[in-house]
Amino acid sequence: MIEIKNISKSFEGRTVLDGISGIFEQGKANLIIGSSGTGKSVLLKCIVGLVRPDTGTIYYDGRDFTNADKDMKTEIRREIGMLFQGVALFDSMNVERNVKFPLDTLTVMPEDEKLDRVNFCLQRVGLENVNKRMPSEISGGMKKRVGIARAIVNDVKYLFCDEPNSGLDPQTSILIDELIKEITVEFNTTTIVVTHDMNSVIGIGDKVMFLYKGKKLWEGSNTNILDTEVQELRDFVFANKLVKHVTKD
Amino acid sequence: MKSIGLYIIFIGSMFSQRESFKTYVKRTIDEAILIGINSLTLVAIISTFIGMVTTVQTAANLVSPFVPESVISTVVRDMTILELAPTITSIVLAGKVGSNIAGELGTMRITEQIDALEVMGINSSSYLVFPKIAAAIIMFPLLVIIAGFLSIYGGYLVGTFTGVITGEDFVYGLRLDFRTYNVFMAIVKSLVFAFLISSISSYKGFFTRGGALEVGQASTSAVTNSCIAVLLADYLIAELLL
Repeated sequence: MIEIKNISKSFEGRTVLDGISGIFEQGKANLIIGSSGTGKSVLLKCIVGLVRPDTGTIYYDGRDFTNADKDMKTEIRREIGMLFQGVALFDSMNVERNVKFPLDTLTVMPEDEKLDRVNFCLQRVGLENVNKRMPSEISGGMKKRVGIARAIVNDVKYLFCDEPNSGLDPQTSILIDELIKEITVEFNTTTIVVTHDMNSVIGIGDKVMFLYKGKKLWEGSNTNILDTEVQELRDFVFANKLVKHVTKD
Repeated sequence: MKSIGLYIIFIGSMFSQRESFKTYVKRTIDEAILIGINSLTLVAIISTFIGMVTTVQTAANLVSPFVPESVISTVVRDMTILELAPTITSIVLAGKVGSNIAGELGTMRITEQIDALEVMGINSSSYLVFPKIAAAIIMFPLLVIIAGFLSIYGGYLVGTFTGVITGEDFVYGLRLDFRTYNVFMAIVKSLVFAFLISSISSYKGFFTRGGALEVGQASTSAVTNSCIAVLLADYLIAELLL
């Protein structure tokens, strides 16, 4: 479980996050949603420690991450897997080396065990016979899968996904969403997904936090988001006329 | 001043939270191939031609019959060892290696690859930059030695081929009043230049913000700043060691 308390962040006097608190539960897909520029990615970066919040505290299973010393931060970070918006695969390494990278640098596992683990993770995300291909030789959807495989290869406890569907076609998006959901349940990870894709919200949003202009306006799940009375959230949810149309039917 | 402070902090950050020794060895070898072996052809071509041109121009300027021809190779030798081999090679490498380092790190930054390392709990500056600096410090002196040898050999070839100096006179001039201290100075220069070029280029690339345009700007800035630093250091070393 990850708990955030009163997270605020400003850049050059412009408030991006304003006193956000919440709990992200283990074994569930916790979604942070909102329009572009509302601070979703900044909040995610604060949680994983890439950006230091101006105020507030972040707890990983009760461990204070914000004020932790370097050793504790490193220990927690080694339990984190993250799928970046642009996937962030290392260009100079093939798929196998990309997925094996966390094992090479963070563990002392024998080489054959590492390869077994890499192959298991690649198979788990539905990829086979791509080990020796370079990132530039695979499709966007495959890159996302490789990114997920790399994120989970080190038996992580916390999985973060920043806009996992960006740049993907609707069918592949659904497959990636389902994969994230399955992995969350199977590995019992605390998963946080930043997205503005309503298909993801409806499909996998066990718990949903809605941000608007840097503030948390609503919290709930995919089962009650369509019934919300919060106007800003309604504007966001029903921005897509198709959703509006289907909901009316 | 702020940039200098950030640069010093950046250099210091490489020595905290280090990875395993094996990781550094492997990465340093990879970088040494990129920085050293892949620059060999360029350095060889440039240094050979510089030696040839220096010989021809020195010969052209020695018009007095009272100056022995062996002076040509003495001049070529001292110019090559003291200045041309370490400084010109480093300026050339600032262009090739410096822009490569800044471009690579800048691209890694804007495509979140550096963030990915940080999230994994890896000290990205130590993991990415330290091997580059170590590889440069290992390879630059070797490249400078090769450049010096090829430059003098290029001078010998053109000198004997065009008939401006005989082979015996050239070798005599090379041996005349030879100071090994000059070689030591060339090596010191190459070590200092290696550190400056690799660290400044890494700093510029590592802190790139924005997109493709900024990566290009970081590369350009890395080369210009490295060249200026090399020339300043060249002057300071000359003042201190000569």
